Amino acid sequence: MKNVWNNFKKNPLFLPIICMILVLLINLFKDPGFFSIGVKNGVLYGRLVDVLNRGSEIAILAIGQTLVVAVSAGTDISVGSVMALAACGGCVVLTGYGNTSVTSVIAPIGLGIFVGIIYGGICGCINGAMVAKLKVQPMVATLILYTAARAVGLLLCNNQISYIRYEPYKYLGNFFPGCPIPTPILVTILMIVLAQLILKKTSLGLYVQSVGINSRASKICGIDSEKICFICYVICGLCAGVAGMIASSRIYSADSNNIGLNYEMDSILAVALGGNSLAGGKFNMAGSIIGAYTIQAITTTLLAMGVSTDQAPVVKAIIVVAIVTIQAPVFRSWLEKRRTEKKLAKEAVV
Amino acid sequence: MAEQIRKAAARGKRISGNNLLLLITILLFVAMYAAGCVIYGAKGFTHFQTFLNLLITNAGLLCVTCGMTCVMLTGGIDISVGSLIAMDCMILADGMTNKHIGAIPLIIFVMVIGVVFGLVQGFLVSYMQIQPFIVTMAGMFFGRGMTAVINTQQVSITMDSSQTFYAWANAKINLPAFLGYMGRRKMIVPFIRPTVIIALLVCVVIALVLKYTKFGRVLYAVGGNESSAKMMGLNVKRAKLEAYVLSSVLCSIGAILYCMNTMTGAVTQAKGFEMDAIASAVIGGTLLTGGVGTILGSFFGVLITGTITTLVMTNGKLLSSWSNILTAALLCFFILLQSIFAYIKNRATR
Amino acid sequence: MAQEEHVLISMKNITKTFPGVVALDNAQLTLRKGEIHALMGENGAGKSTIIKCLTGVYERDSGEVHMEGVEGNIHCHSTMDAQNIGIATVYQEVNLCPNLSVAENLFIGREPRTKLGFIDWKSMNKKAQELMNRLKIEVDVSETLENYSIAVQQMIAIARAVDMDCKVLILDEPTSSLDDNEVEKLFGMMRKLKERGVGILFVTHFLEQVYQVCDRITVMRNGKFVGDYSVAELPRVKLVAAMLGKDFDDLAAIKQEGNAAEKNEILYSAKGLSHKGTIRPFNFEIHKGEVVGLAGLLGSGRSELVRCIYGVDSQSTGTATMEGRPIKIKAPIDAIKAGFGYLPDDRKADGCIAGLSVRENIIIALQARNGMFRKIPISKQNEIADTYIRMLSIKTASRETLLGQLSGGNQQKVILARWLATDPKFLILDEPTRGIDIGTKTEIQKLVLQFAAKGMSVVFISSEIEEMIRTCSRMLIMRDGEKVAELDSANMELTQENVMAAIAGGDSK
Repeated sequence: MKNVWNNFKKNPLFLPIICMILVLLINLFKDPGFFSIGVKNGVLYGRLVDVLNRGSEIAILAIGQTLVVAVSAGTDISVGSVMALAACGGCVVLTGYGNTSVTSVIAPIGLGIFVGIIYGGICGCINGAMVAKLKVQPMVATLILYTAARAVGLLLCNNQISYIRYEPYKYLGNFFPGCPIPTPILVTILMIVLAQLILKKTSLGLYVQSVGINSRASKICGIDSEKICFICYVICGLCAGVAGMIASSRIYSADSNNIGLNYEMDSILAVALGGNSLAGGKFNMAGSIIGAYTIQAITTTLLAMGVSTDQAPVVKAIIVVAIVTIQAPVFRSWLEKRRTEKKLAKEAVV
Repeated sequence: MAEQIRKAAARGKRISGNNLLLLITILLFVAMYAAGCVIYGAKGFTHFQTFLNLLITNAGLLCVTCGMTCVMLTGGIDISVGSLIAMDCMILADGMTNKHIGAIPLIIFVMVIGVVFGLVQGFLVSYMQIQPFIVTMAGMFFGRGMTAVINTQQVSITMDSSQTFYAWANAKINLPAFLGYMGRRKMIVPFIRPTVIIALLVCVVIALVLKYTKFGRVLYAVGGNESSAKMMGLNVKRAKLEAYVLSSVLCSIGAILYCMNTMTGAVTQAKGFEMDAIASAVIGGTLLTGGVGTILGSFFGVLITGTITTLVMTNGKLLSSWSNILTAALLCFFILLQSIFAYIKNRATR
Repeated sequence: MAQEEHVLISMKNITKTFPGVVALDNAQLTLRKGEIHALMGENGAGKSTIIKCLTGVYERDSGEVHMEGVEGNIHCHSTMDAQNIGIATVYQEVNLCPNLSVAENLFIGREPRTKLGFIDWKSMNKKAQELMNRLKIEVDVSETLENYSIAVQQMIAIARAVDMDCKVLILDEPTSSLDDNEVEKLFGMMRKLKERGVGILFVTHFLEQVYQVCDRITVMRNGKFVGDYSVAELPRVKLVAAMLGKDFDDLAAIKQEGNAAEKNEILYSAKGLSHKGTIRPFNFEIHKGEVVGLAGLLGSGRSELVRCIYGVDSQSTGTATMEGRPIKIKAPIDAIKAGFGYLPDDRKADGCIAGLSVRENIIIALQARNGMFRKIPISKQNEIADTYIRMLSIKTASRETLLGQLSGGNQQKVILARWLATDPKFLILDEPTRGIDIGTKTEIQKLVLQFAAKGMSVVFISSEIEEMIRTCSRMLIMRDGEKVAELDSANMELTQENVMAAIAGGDSK
């Protein structure tokens, strides 16, 4: 038994799974109703389903964010804003410029979603070019889009919230008719499978880690470090695009001020909770995804406890600081020193 | 000896890249302001009061940018400033209006919060060696969340909340009458508010600190080459900690000035303010890599970002988000300029 | 011995070990007042370690350090401690702040203040200018430091040390990025300081300079003290011999079968290859199945040349052909695709990807050549990794162990395996045997000969002449970025004496 535990402790998924269990335990004691799942109007219903459903955007963002963190030891803080821009860009194609509320769309839904994702990709290209080619610190580079993307989104929507009151548009963010599982969960599974396929079938994962650990040595091995870095930012942008379209479909509108709000924090937290070092290098995609759902579980729990969405970031900020402090080499060596000192003291007593 | 002097003179004529950046900034400001005068002359842009209003509305930003410049000199960054302002404003507004606390104790309290905030962030950055971006990002979400914890509603400061504060905020300081112009009926005398005087005072003090105290010079040394600074026996960690404390304290002063200008506290207040401050500093010639930057430059940087907002507002037809986009674009442009200059310098020394 | 009275610093029986490596083994060093003392040795000789033990960057394991005017055995815990007792160091990469003015760099941390406690710029500039005038350095002290050449910056760094009342000045390779004129200026300053009684410890790779300016030489090798000589009694060839050593080991058993290979067709040839600043236009060719040695002291351009051939550093001028066809190498990937392999000399910075497993480190170059979308199946990866782990007898717990956990020698073998896996036609090995134990050294040399016998062309760089003579059939000797000699085993020219004479240059007899 002890052996199993020790092996598990070494597993990279140790931290995310423990965190997840911790959050679930808190809920179990507070309100066992958290775990009940029912069927209402032909669709699944319950808190757990809610966590999986609402956590979709964070999970999708975490896929891109994990790569960015691994390759550049920095984070993309523009993802939330890019989500908003993608949502606005996609919706404008469907509603036409300046219309606040439509009941039918002027273009195929698929085209709108595609355009939205492309907007995300373009943002990723801009970030990638700044970081990989101009060597700007990742966070300063993405800070530009962090403010600008949301503003551009507002421009596209003529400073209004455009509603699309057209049933099929709601499918992506809610339910397909006849399917009891919320669509975002399905999309997330699709994205995760896609990501796993890319990591399994191509050597991108190896390249990303190699560049993140030692970009000079990687270059000598024949890897184009700049290109790999650029690709990661583009993937991150595309993920933000997908997440943005889901968020938009959920509320069947393009609300540039609120879509993706504080999601950059959640996605970074997901990566950190997933046991990935924010200093780059090795990454673990599964950890990030478990981390993403843990974050959502925390959020849901907080909301259930009566904390408002605006207040939740306080708790998350404290968790982030705690995790990065534990990860910090300075802190680790300090702990190590204390441990050996204690040991020595013990031996001295004996 | 004569030859030596001649050589020195010849060197003096050569404008270094950093001075060139400052020159570009000043010229850009003049050009933008002149363009504003030409295009919006009819809307009163040419009046001296317009320029003074620029100072009045941006008094808070001026203080914050001074702090940001100090942090950026060390090669760090502080993106928590916007949220800290929101939190401070909320403390002031909520304290005066709902809890009926006097203005002076609240202002002292706000300053103490600035010190504590800066100490925590500075400790994590300098002694724990965590990336400044992650630390201040956590600070950013913490501040924003705390604002909501204090009050989720928008709170206005009125005459009833605190007479002292109201009087300070609305005090007018008239300038000599000959600077004025004839309005429709009577002479309109240009005026400034006390906030402008405080902001300018802060600028002067920080400029003097940077130039004439050991602390100021150590900031430059740390940004120039951290390991050299350590080798020369300077206390690098302490200097960094102090820089972050200074930033947060100046941010608190800025928050008080900002509050006097807006007279409200709200969760969404000062959103994107960190971007304005960073953009102002960078436009003013502060290098993202640290070690180079002046308060004079940052002053003009603030005037430029302020002018952008004023121009967008004077136009009246443009959406307010344009000012965000233009600031971001300008920041992008100046980062590009910095990269080009760094590239040229590298090639010259090679 | 009258000189004994003027001993400024004496270090005795200094030992320092790092995990797995003995960096200093009973080393010693004596520095006298008013002398310029050269500290010489090849890579890994322990020069920088002994200096760091003196200046407090490292703490020695054992040994004694005494300094004139300081009581007892000295233990410096930081560079500040060392500075306080008068030991100052100026490094190759100048330790000043480029963004501050010259005067500030001289006085930061101890600026003159006005009565109010503010920095007194006027008197600071005045004092700085006086100091510069005294040392005859022509600069405007209010100018930003980065506007001056590295040489001037170095002199300013020395001036700072001098002004802080140093008795011992350590110059760690100060001349590697200076031109002749600048070097002369620096030497002028060193001589002036010598007259004032400062003891100067001068670390350099340039033999010429040692004979120009130094009084005594301490030679180190493999962490051990070799000898303390006066310059007059040590001719160049003897110095080189002392530095490179003649530690014969069981390597003598290796047969020179690879050397006997007759000239096959030319595999790779380069004409007029140069890299701005390090390599002057250079012609190079290598035949199939040939092992060519590149010899020269550190900084002679031997490593820079292969970096340039392989495309790590850009090729400023020159053309190259591979198997008769012209090739243009802009980045390492071009070289890999053309069948090159390159084992870099800086294993830690350029070779190891420490956080990846042994398997991943072995297949990464092969994978890069195949391209991102043609991933090598895991089973194949395991097969390749296992093959090379067995073939090179790499000692690792498993193929999934992280490379960073292996010993230096085994890391080197993994990186070698990385290139062997790509089945290269042209393998460049820069110091493949540095910092690894004798047994592994022998293995690697044997392997090189085996590859050559199979038709692979190898460029071999090492600071150990013995090793090169045993493995190479032809050697190019480099000095100052130029080829100064070419020795061929076919003409029986390849002897230790010839090689050393060529490396030493000048009037070697």
